[in-house]
Amino acid sequence: MADKEIDEFSGTETTGHEWDGIKELNTPMPRWWINTFYITVIWAIGYMILYPAWPLISDYTHGYLGYSSRAELSAEMVVARSEQQVFLDQINAASLEEITASPELQQFATAGGRSAFLVNCTPCHGLGAQGAPGYPNLNDDDWIWGGTLEDIYLTIKHGIRFTEDWDTRDSGMPAFGRDEILDRAEITDIAAHVRSIAGLEHDASAAARGALGFADNCAACHGDNGEGLQELGAPALGDAIWFYGKSAEEIAAQITNPKHGVMPAWAERLDDTIIKQLAVYVHSLGGGE
Amino acid sequence: MTEMSSFIKESNSDVDRVEVEAVNAKEHRDLYQSRIKIFPKRVVGAFRRLKWWIMLVLLGIYYLAPWIRWDRGLHAPDQAILVDIANRRFYFFFIEIWPQEFVYLTGLLVMAGVGLFVVTSTIGRAWCGYACPQTVWVDLFLVVERWVEGDRNARIRLDKAKWTFDKIRKRVVKHAIWIMIAVATGGAWIFYFADAPSLAFGFITGNAPAVAYTTVGILTATTYIFAGFMREQICTYMCPWPRIQGAMVDEHSLIVTYQKWRGEPRSAHLKAKPEAKAPAGDCIDCNQCVAVCPMGIDIRDGGQLECITCALCIDACDGVMEKIGRPKGLIAYSTTGVQEQAEAGDYVAMTWRTILHFRTFIYVAIMLGAAFAMLYGLVSRDRLDVNVLHDRNPLYVQLSDGTVRNGYTIKILNMLPEPRIFRLSLNGLPSATMFVASDGNQPSRHIDVAVAPDQLRALRVLVQVSPVYLTGESTDFRFFVREWNMDVVQNQDQEIVSYDAQFHTAPE
Repeated sequence: MADKEIDEFSGTETTGHEWDGIKELNTPMPRWWINTFYITVIWAIGYMILYPAWPLISDYTHGYLGYSSRAELSAEMVVARSEQQVFLDQINAASLEEITASPELQQFATAGGRSAFLVNCTPCHGLGAQGAPGYPNLNDDDWIWGGTLEDIYLTIKHGIRFTEDWDTRDSGMPAFGRDEILDRAEITDIAAHVRSIAGLEHDASAAARGALGFADNCAACHGDNGEGLQELGAPALGDAIWFYGKSAEEIAAQITNPKHGVMPAWAERLDDTIIKQLAVYVHSLGGGE
Repeated sequence: MTEMSSFIKESNSDVDRVEVEAVNAKEHRDLYQSRIKIFPKRVVGAFRRLKWWIMLVLLGIYYLAPWIRWDRGLHAPDQAILVDIANRRFYFFFIEIWPQEFVYLTGLLVMAGVGLFVVTSTIGRAWCGYACPQTVWVDLFLVVERWVEGDRNARIRLDKAKWTFDKIRKRVVKHAIWIMIAVATGGAWIFYFADAPSLAFGFITGNAPAVAYTTVGILTATTYIFAGFMREQICTYMCPWPRIQGAMVDEHSLIVTYQKWRGEPRSAHLKAKPEAKAPAGDCIDCNQCVAVCPMGIDIRDGGQLECITCALCIDACDGVMEKIGRPKGLIAYSTTGVQEQAEAGDYVAMTWRTILHFRTFIYVAIMLGAAFAMLYGLVSRDRLDVNVLHDRNPLYVQLSDGTVRNGYTIKILNMLPEPRIFRLSLNGLPSATMFVASDGNQPSRHIDVAVAPDQLRALRVLVQVSPVYLTGESTDFRFFVREWNMDVVQNQDQEIVSYDAQFHTAPE
């Protein structure tokens, strides 16, 4: 640095950089500034010794303190779980009605139930419990197996037509067409009658012909006016909600070769506290009876 | 480091001449610049008195403000100024700010920013010289230093002296007092964030939250280091404001100036030998202006980045001018415009017109605009608010009798510190009814909701309509929320807010 260029006005050395005749001054850094820099270097060395720092081939340097963010997270999770445990113990001890009677427990159970629902139930019932063809919407007021807290709880616990669980609720509609109980014309007439009791557009003469067939074959489970029977899981036919479709063809297909929904029992997979919370959540969606 | 501090008394003059050089003089520059110790001399004068008063007021505000009480009734804290971070509320006397009203703070920041523009473009770096906490606390620390160790010369001697018992005693006393001030400073800060009396009690008995001790610790350290050791280094190297102000002052802005045309040539030795008859300026080169400068600079080198315009050199020089019988104001607040004119032989006395210019009025207009906008906003703001979230999944639910139902999460904000009842009602959407999910009440056109003082209440409301009243896939309607306490209803003094919502149904 033999030829330092000194700015005349300020007497400061310049960096030699020049823009439009303006030269950048090389103003001296304060000594404390550079010392602060050295201190940060020393600090970094201390940090590397105390905390995880260097990646190795299959591991990393763990540091003297052995800190890890995962350990910190699991410690926080233990704390959070122990805070939740207070409520979980109460839910465990309480009946479903007692849970919904207490605003605090109701709020906790609804939140916990929603969380469990998102993990376990959404593949079939959807994120908002809105259902899908063949999978019931849980927001509405039409309950095939009952919509009271207790019914919902039992359905979740033991499933529907889930034969591995001895307490599961099961029923089956005869395959009137496939097993040749009814012929094709009778089935078409009964389908027309079903549309008539639901107030849908229908062939009046076919519906009148199907009335007797309906009374003989269907009314035992679905009711004389298609009101359904929850004890047997027989859906109501007189309302606006259709599980397998409401066209004459879809109804006829269901009479000919019925589809049956199956829901697994959750008693083996989820503990009772979670099933209770799920029941409270599903009941709170707006349609609970 | 240059020798900068011996003390010579001239025999033939009333005025002490100080052997002192500016810390930023050209000769001192090196690759890395060690701090040159500055020992500001005591000074008396008008500006010094003004600075004492400002310091007293500012420190008073800082230390005492959190202790002012303000009654807000049963349901809100009674501290006049409180930043309640845990509950996300900010209280300032009769104003209460919720987080979503942060825009008022933005307005305040706009005013503070433009306020600094106004001040800088007219009276220059008055903030730096008088009101900046760094300046105020350095001043306070210097008072302590002077009281313990004596004035400039005594302090220089003490600094150079060997470590005797006396020196150790003085240093220990000085640092002890500094640390006490620093603790009080850090301590005062935390009271803005919690109920002051109970936090003070908890702090002393060791029951305050850890964050209180940490905060006090950090602020104690910064106060002690910044005001005790770093001092002018903060202004020169760390603070962005001197740079910003460098761009904002112009030839009409007040700065502290040395009236070169009057002072030069300096006449330290001519004074002693009047018979020499050489032309002589008023400056007798006594260096008092440099000796009193807390930044350690020489104002006679012209306007410079380091100058915080504290005006102590004005006081010092005025004192000297008085002694030697010359007019005051050799160093004075002036503008570069006035000085250039004066140098050209056309001295014009300063008036208020000198510093007010077009830019100033634009700044003032912006400031007043922001102030009125904020004032209007504050006066007319609602203390009731409603937010509505329409369920997205499912968008609608069909019930067994064909009725269509939509779910909404409705959040009602009662922003007054008293319990209030609100009536939520439907506007539009004929024949629709609504109910709160799982509260067991019958569907109705309106729902009465009690909301706790200063709280938000969220409800999941299900609205249902028979499809015969619906056309198209979505129908617009509004939720109304009005105050429903009997006395306000009778006085027709209800707060009412509405929220535009949509009702969805199945596509045909």
